[in-house]
Amino acid sequence: MNPDISLKIIDRDGVLHEIQAPTDMAMNLMEVIRSFELAEEGTIGICGGMAMCASCQCYVKSNHKLPEKGIDEDMMLAEAFHIQDNSRLGCQIQMTLEMDGLEVELAPED
Amino acid sequence: MITTDILIIGAGPTGLFTVFEAGLLKLRCHLIDALPQAGGQCSEIYPKKPIYDIPAYPEILAGDLTDKLMEQIKQFEPGFTLGERAETIDKQEDGTFIVTTNKGTEHHAKIVAIAGGLGSFEPRKPPIPNIANFEEKGVEYIIRDPEFYRNKKIVISGGGDSALDWSIFLTDIAASVTLIHRRNEFRGALDSVDKVQELKDAGKIIMITPAEVKGIIGIEKVEGVSVIQNGGEEFTIETDHFIPLFGLSPKLGPIANWGLEIEKNAIKVNNGLDYQTNIPGIYAIGDVNTYPGKLKLILCGFHEATLMCQSAYKRIFPNKKYVLKYTTVGGVDGFDGTRKEAPKAVVKKIQ
Repeated sequence: MNPDISLKIIDRDGVLHEIQAPTDMAMNLMEVIRSFELAEEGTIGICGGMAMCASCQCYVKSNHKLPEKGIDEDMMLAEAFHIQDNSRLGCQIQMTLEMDGLEVELAPED
Repeated sequence: MITTDILIIGAGPTGLFTVFEAGLLKLRCHLIDALPQAGGQCSEIYPKKPIYDIPAYPEILAGDLTDKLMEQIKQFEPGFTLGERAETIDKQEDGTFIVTTNKGTEHHAKIVAIAGGLGSFEPRKPPIPNIANFEEKGVEYIIRDPEFYRNKKIVISGGGDSALDWSIFLTDIAASVTLIHRRNEFRGALDSVDKVQELKDAGKIIMITPAEVKGIIGIEKVEGVSVIQNGGEEFTIETDHFIPLFGLSPKLGPIANWGLEIEKNAIKVNNGLDYQTNIPGIYAIGDVNTYPGKLKLILCGFHEATLMCQSAYKRIFPNKKYVLKYTTVGGVDGFDGTRKEAPKAVVKKIQ
């Protein structure tokens, strides 16, 4: 079985990228975005993926059923800027087969 | 003027360990950090989180790692300029450097080691369109002197520890304290949350939640803020000060203008040799540097610091012979007069 899934990522300049992300490397969305260099290094994943900054905030455009927000993510989003109803932290979204076809847009940098 | 051999910019784990490696070579160090305490991200962002890839520590809390490093370097008497950001650098004719902070503190050093991590921590500024016009005119992102707010009306915005703690603290000083947060829930120590509840019930803190400050009103200075609560109509709260407390985020800052080669928000260094930058005498180590294959790991920072100190020594003493000595063999002689050494074997006849 192909463990890769397709993702659509709109970067901070509004450019759409269609990428194939692995599901067998324990990566989250923030890490996938970094590995494809879709956001400048040093502007995303600043806390390393602990839900302690909001530098990987993204807007979820597709209707995927995402994992529930944990308390850390929820409270971080409560203090983040440029928040929308569909805001999530990329570092809290694991790459699983269920995420195939996920479409997200990166929120602006702080 | 503060003088030292190696001026380290950034007091995170890499910067702190540099003091040890330099000390073994009898070089003195001084550190500058924008934060008020040593430890960098380890103490500012995640002191209570565990790290699992420090050699010989199966698990150590980031805050404990900082404490251990401080203990390890103590005998080399590092100097600290904390709460100040390195702003400018001037290379002198003799090849030494003068680094000046945003508060004007001058440091004279033979070598500069930038161990600045992701940059200096700056307050996060909410995206309110006209906020920049009111900075230092009633908008403050950091509370420097609480007395500044005596008998003033203040509005604090934010939902973490600093918003809670300052709201509590300023109730006894300010004329009125209003706390605005986007949620009804707050993320803070339980004691602080309970105390704010108590002060709210006593009418000493005006709480507006779930709400957000959307604009600032005033001509020369802040006179009020406009607020939207729970999706309702925008309304105005009169205030003398608006204090958004949304934590800190790192920015490379003035170092970006030092003439160093920058790539991907990091400083390019020569990793084949000694982590020197394009300016001889200025090194960059730890998360702040970049080179092919770079990994932003604390343990890599320690290695880079070690090689960098050897290079710094050769730069300062080009004609001195030197070979690496193991600490187990040579012991550790502190600048404070202490000496650590392996216990000598005892030779005694058994009759």
